[in-house]
Amino acid sequence: MSEHLDALQQAIRRLVSKPLTALLSALVVAIALTLPALGWALVENLAGLAHGMTGEPEISLFLKHEITGDATRAVEQKLRNNPQIARVRFVPRDQALQQLAARGGFGDVTGALLDNPLPDAFVLEPRDDSPASFKALQAELSAMPETALVQLDAEWVERLAAIVQLGRSASLTLALLLGTALVIVTFNTLRLQILTLRHEISVKLLLGATRPAVRRPFLYFGLLQGLLGGLLAWGLVTLLLRLLAPAIEALARTYSVTLSLQGPDALQTGCLLAFTALLGWLGAAISVRRHVQDGLVD
Amino acid sequence: MIQFDHVSKTYPGGHTALDELTLDIRHGELLVLAGHSGAGKSTLLKLVAALESPSSGRVMVNGLDVGRMRQSQIPYLRRSLGLVMQEHRLLMDRSVLDNVMLPLQVSGEIARTSKREAITRASVALEKVGLSGFEKALPVTLSGGEQQRVAIARAIVNRPSILIADEPTAHLDPAYARDIAALFRSFHAAGVTLILATHDDTLYSPYGARRIELAHGKLMQ
Repeated sequence: MSEHLDALQQAIRRLVSKPLTALLSALVVAIALTLPALGWALVENLAGLAHGMTGEPEISLFLKHEITGDATRAVEQKLRNNPQIARVRFVPRDQALQQLAARGGFGDVTGALLDNPLPDAFVLEPRDDSPASFKALQAELSAMPETALVQLDAEWVERLAAIVQLGRSASLTLALLLGTALVIVTFNTLRLQILTLRHEISVKLLLGATRPAVRRPFLYFGLLQGLLGGLLAWGLVTLLLRLLAPAIEALARTYSVTLSLQGPDALQTGCLLAFTALLGWLGAAISVRRHVQDGLVD
Repeated sequence: MIQFDHVSKTYPGGHTALDELTLDIRHGELLVLAGHSGAGKSTLLKLVAALESPSSGRVMVNGLDVGRMRQSQIPYLRRSLGLVMQEHRLLMDRSVLDNVMLPLQVSGEIARTSKREAITRASVALEKVGLSGFEKALPVTLSGGEQQRVAIARAIVNRPSILIADEPTAHLDPAYARDIAALFRSFHAAGVTLILATHDDTLYSPYGARRIELAHGKLMQ
């Protein structure tokens, strides 16, 4: 344990001894990771929006023309008893025709009709708004003998879910791609550091230092540099979200949506820091494995 | 204590530094390796410290087969030896005391005992080589002879039973060389097994040293 503490102290000393170099390396890491982290944060806000919107998705159920009176009431009762349906609203065919006539441009058309061609309909609000539940309910309703057509108003939910999924995948891919930048930066920083300390490493190995003992401070250095980069990336993401928030919230309002941009929460921040620390350690591990060899003793 | 059993060492490129060498070095012995440059003296010392491995044959140090030793065991062998190389191999940006304390640091001795104890041991080692008062100095401010003494203090701070020195007086003027040789003789007198590679064996021969001469990697009889 004391060996690890000693290695950590050495790593901190090396980091602090060249603060500008350490800061610049950490900034490179931070800038590389800000883009995917910001993308991820925006996508998570969008996902939250999909769950939290007040306008719930609906299903329209159109009855067959011959279904009237008691048969219609029986269908309504059946729908109200369905545990998957939260709310049922009946739209009689006459009301539907009036609504159609009230819409600009349709008044002349409906006036020319001899008979009301529209069926009675129900507008249903499902309890579960996930696309999968929508599909299942649609299948169940379509199977009813009184049903002429079931129209799903969930396409936007699917679309939004697809956009969120695409955003997550894109952010993850970017994070992996740009994460390699972190590995490369750490690898190179440590390569230069090992070259600078080549003589000292060689002397230590000559005097009986084990290779793990020689490598350990470098591994801690990589981990700390990654962590520092992660912290800076977190700061940049939080700052950018604050700067972008007014513009994005104003855009959302034009779609009648209330959006309040949230920064990374504790779990997301923890994941970001763990990710950057791990990549820093990985870059260091590759570098020391390649550059600290017993061949240094000659 | 140290046995070479038909040991050969051929470097990549084909140069044979040692050729079927067989040699026994006893506990407490002062062995002087003589011979021209390229005779194989340094290679012999490197084989003892596991800085090289034999191409064939067997090198035994304290009952351990150096050639078959696992990589992870080598540091522990080196900690049991005191090494003084031709170049001083000092850390020029560290104080003399820090340099001498380095073996205690890499062996974990400082962590096991205390820094105060390590400082005491390093100071005693410096006193033995006549460098008391130089603790805070940087090696770069010292003369060649003084730097060599720091390297010797560093080699003895772990109280090794075997001390290996490769041309320890090569770049020193005669007065400094005599001082260093006297130091080594005092370690031998204290019971340390000493193996020295040198061009100038007159510094040791009159004091009970066994002298062997190498030529083209072979022992000259």
